[in-house]
Parts: sequence; structure tokens; C-alpha cells
Amino acid sequence: MKTNTLGYKVRQYLLFAGVSTFIFLSVVIIPFIYGIYLTFTSWDGVSKEKPFVGLENFILAFNDTAYWQSLGRTFIYAFIAVILINTLAFILAFMVTSKIKGQNFFRAGFFIPNLIGGIVLGYVWKFVFNKAFVAVGEAINSPLLSSSWLSTEIGSMACLIIVSVWQYAGYMMLIYVAGFMSVSEDVIEAAKIDGCTGSQSIIHISVPLMTSSFVQCLFLSITRCFMVYDVNFSLTNGNPYGTSVLAAMQVYNEAFINKNYGKGQAEALILFVICAIIGGLQVWAGKKGEVEA
Amino acid sequence: MDANKKARINRLIRHTIMIVILAVLLFCFIFPFYMVIINVFKVKSDIVGQPLALIGKHGFTLANFPKAMEKMKFWQSFGNSVIITTLATIFTILLSSMTAFVIQRNNWKFGKIVFVLMIASMVIPFQVLMIPLVSLYGGIFGILNHRATLIFMHVGFSLSMATFMFHGSIKTNVPISLEEAARIDGCSRWQTFWMIVFPLLKPTIATVAIIDAMAFWNDYLLPSLVLGRKELYTIPIATKVFYGTYSTDMGLIMAALLLAMLPILILYIFLQRYIVEGVTAGAVK
Repeated sequence: MKTNTLGYKVRQYLLFAGVSTFIFLSVVIIPFIYGIYLTFTSWDGVSKEKPFVGLENFILAFNDTAYWQSLGRTFIYAFIAVILINTLAFILAFMVTSKIKGQNFFRAGFFIPNLIGGIVLGYVWKFVFNKAFVAVGEAINSPLLSSSWLSTEIGSMACLIIVSVWQYAGYMMLIYVAGFMSVSEDVIEAAKIDGCTGSQSIIHISVPLMTSSFVQCLFLSITRCFMVYDVNFSLTNGNPYGTSVLAAMQVYNEAFINKNYGKGQAEALILFVICAIIGGLQVWAGKKGEVEA
Repeated sequence: MDANKKARINRLIRHTIMIVILAVLLFCFIFPFYMVIINVFKVKSDIVGQPLALIGKHGFTLANFPKAMEKMKFWQSFGNSVIITTLATIFTILLSSMTAFVIQRNNWKFGKIVFVLMIASMVIPFQVLMIPLVSLYGGIFGILNHRATLIFMHVGFSLSMATFMFHGSIKTNVPISLEEAARIDGCSRWQTFWMIVFPLLKPTIATVAIIDAMAFWNDYLLPSLVLGRKELYTIPIATKVFYGTYSTDMGLIMAALLLAMLPILILYIFLQRYIVEGVTAGAVK
């Protein structure tokens, strides 16, 4: 059989990849392009007409203070959460790879929050913050705990950060564990013979050799924090008075609650561009700092 | 000899301290689940009055479970979740492994373009696609509110990552000489793939299955946009019904949350090693 004809190639491709190419195009690529088109229309989600309005949605988005406030909030939230997630994950990974008893048990235990969806986690924590912490506060007579954190502006942002750190630390820990295990024993041994203390060998040997783990964890935690919706929805739902609405929720509300699909899509696109820039910069910086073992 | 002994004691102390720290941290990690478990067997007033007590004033009760199951239509949502997760996972694995095979083993331009598009599309967050998806599939095609539509979209969103992983795995783990031997024995490409290549991809299949099944089972945003009818709800959406009303019954909420978490926690007990390994393999790729 001839395998070099166009007919053969087309048939083979369609046989193996036809269905998946069709699904991929219709779920990802076409909606993406269609989404760009939507930003130039003022569609309300109901009517058949999608009036063309040019750049008006982008102008509206740029003048929307609620949107920029939510973006600023997301920046602060993501900044703090990413640092805490990665610090905790790194420390955990270090401890569960130092050959202590039951390290597999601990690894499995810290990973548990990742098994459960954000919506359920948010509801669980809502109960913990509203009831359990308050009860503890009353028992030990601490004014800091005796009213729910979720009822204050700063408190609810702190709650979002706590839950995100708790949710993702175990996952990032696994990536750092893989990083620690990839550093060969010989190198550490050699450093010890040369007189390195434990902490010196971590800072000067393990960390530089684990650059790719750091790049990966930072990238994953940044993108996840910027895109968080479900925990935001179930834990605070933007309360009190919309002061804990993060960017993804702002976009959702603009489109599906206020029915401004075009403006919502424009805001989503701006968010995407910001994320892509941050992600790109960070991967680029990481690549530059990478060390060949 | 003495120095050796001292080093051993030092290590023992260091390890003990670490285990204590880890145990305390693990307790903090588990605390929210512990709160749910101790409160699920209490009556409403005890949960609000003394959430920290092991057993409430009014004693032990199982009454929250049947009521919560009825209200969230547990078996129906559970069934929906199982069907959607299983079918979407199977389709993702079959379609992406086939795609990866034809792209990796042939140096065809079109395949390369699709593959590059797939990799590039992985940076697109769902929030950018959700509005056009609802507008296209709801407004123009009018096919929202079907389980099949949700499965279709789940597969579409997970294809890129899965194809990428299978591509790497075919490249490094499947020797081309095996395929050539099969061809000489008279196998077609189709037979070669299913009889030779696919069985060799088992580790990657397991990784993809675990990552995607967990993602599909837990997803909230996409199902909530696609499935508007109550009888189609998956478990994550069904837990929402307890918060919509004016009065929230904490007992029912506790039971619902526990029921929502239980299936995956039970699975974790048995498949723990595979899940941890699979997730690590998927993340490090």
C-alpha cells in the first residue's frame, strides 16, 4: 500500500485524530475566537441580535472601578497566597524526604485537600470559620476569634488566603518532593565531605538543582490563584458587601448576573493577557536561572 | 565510635522534632474534616450551640443523612457524576492516545500544527472560554442541559494535556522496532496501535485517568453553566441547594458535605499510592 499519497494521509489522520481534532476545535479554538468577536458586541445573553459596538466594551472595562478593584484584590491575594503556599510546600517537602518514619503517611495526609473540589472545601471552611473558630474564641475568651472572620473585609480576604494555602500546599509539596528526590545522593554526600552543614547543602546545592520545581510550582500556584472561582463563591461569595470579589468572580457576575456578555468577555480577556504576561515572565526568569546538573 | 553515636542521637532528636511538627501540621490540615465528622451526628441546635463537642447535648443522631440525601437527591447526582466522570475519562484516554500516536509517528504538517495549537491552548484559562461557550452552545446550537454536552466539553478541555502526555510517552517508551515487526507480520496501523502501542502506554493511561477523573468529578464551574436542570446536577452542584434557602439547616449541610467527600476519600484509601504517584507524574511533565 502506498503511504505517501495525500489520500492515505488524510484517511489515517481522520481515523486516529479526526474526532479529537473536531472536539478540540469546537470546545477550545472556536470559542476562543468567537470570544474575541463577542468583545466587540453588546450582547445581553437573550436576544438573537448581537449589535456591533466596536471598542466600547474595552472602554467600559477600563473605566469599571469594580473590575480594577477586584483585579487589585486578586493581585494582593495571589501575591500573599503564592508565597505562603510555596514556603509551606517546600518546608513540608523537605521534612517528608528526610527519611523519617511514616513519611509516606504524611505525604498522603497533606495531599487530602486536593482530592476534594473547591466548592465543597469552601463550604467546609465556611462552617469552620463561622462556627468552630468562634466557639474556640468564646472558650478561650479571645476577642480575635470570638466573631467570625468572614464578616470583616480583611478577615474574609485572610480566610480566602488560608483556604488556598491549605488547599494547594499539599499538591505543590509533591512537586517539591519530586525535586528533592531528583537531586542525587552523591552530590549531597560530596558536599558533606567538603564540610557543608545540612542547611548549607540545601541552600547551595538542593535549591539551585531544583529550579525547575520552583518554576513549575510558582507557575501553577500563580495561575490557579488568579483564576480561582469556586472557593471564592462558596466561602465568601464576595461578602461582606462585595469586598472579597476576586477577578474571576467579577467576570462571571458581569456576564451571567448583569447580563453584559460583551463587557464580561472583554474583562476576561484582559485578565487572560495579564496572566499570560506574568506566567511568561516568570517562566523566562526561571529558565535563565536554571542550573544544569 | 563516640562521634558516630553522637551523630545517631542528634539524628534521632532531629527526626523526633520533625515528626512532632509534621503531626501538628497534619492535625491542622485534617481539622476541617474532623469538624464535619463530629458535627454530622448532632442535631441542628447542638451544632450551632457547641460545635466543638464530640457528642452534643441531645445525643447521637443519624437523622441528618436521609434528610440530606433526599434534599440533594444524592443517588441521582451521584449517578450523574459517575456517568459523566467515567465516560469523559474513557473518551479522553482513547481519543488523546490515538491523536498522540498519529501525530508522533508521522511527520505530517497538519498534525504538527494541531499539536502546537494544543500546547498553546493550555495557557487559556477557562474563564476566557466560558462566556463564548454558553453563547455558542446555549444561544446558537441550543444543546445545553444534556449530559452528553458536558462530557463533550470535558473531553475537549482535557484533550490537549492528555495528548501532550501520551505524545511524550510514545516517543520515549514505545520502541519503533516493535511497530515495524508488527507491520511485517501484516498488522495495519490501526491494529498495531491497539495491539502493540496502547498496552505499552499503561502507566500514562493510569496517570491521565487519575488526573482527569478527579478534575471531572470535582469540577463546579463548567457543569454549573451547562447543567441547569435539577435532575442533571452533579455532586458539587447539588451541595449548593442547602445554601439557596433562607434558613440553613447545619445538620443537613454537614451530612451533605460528608456525602460529597466520602466517595473520593474511600477511593483514596485504596488507590492512595497510585493517586499520589499519578498526580506527581502529571505535574512534573
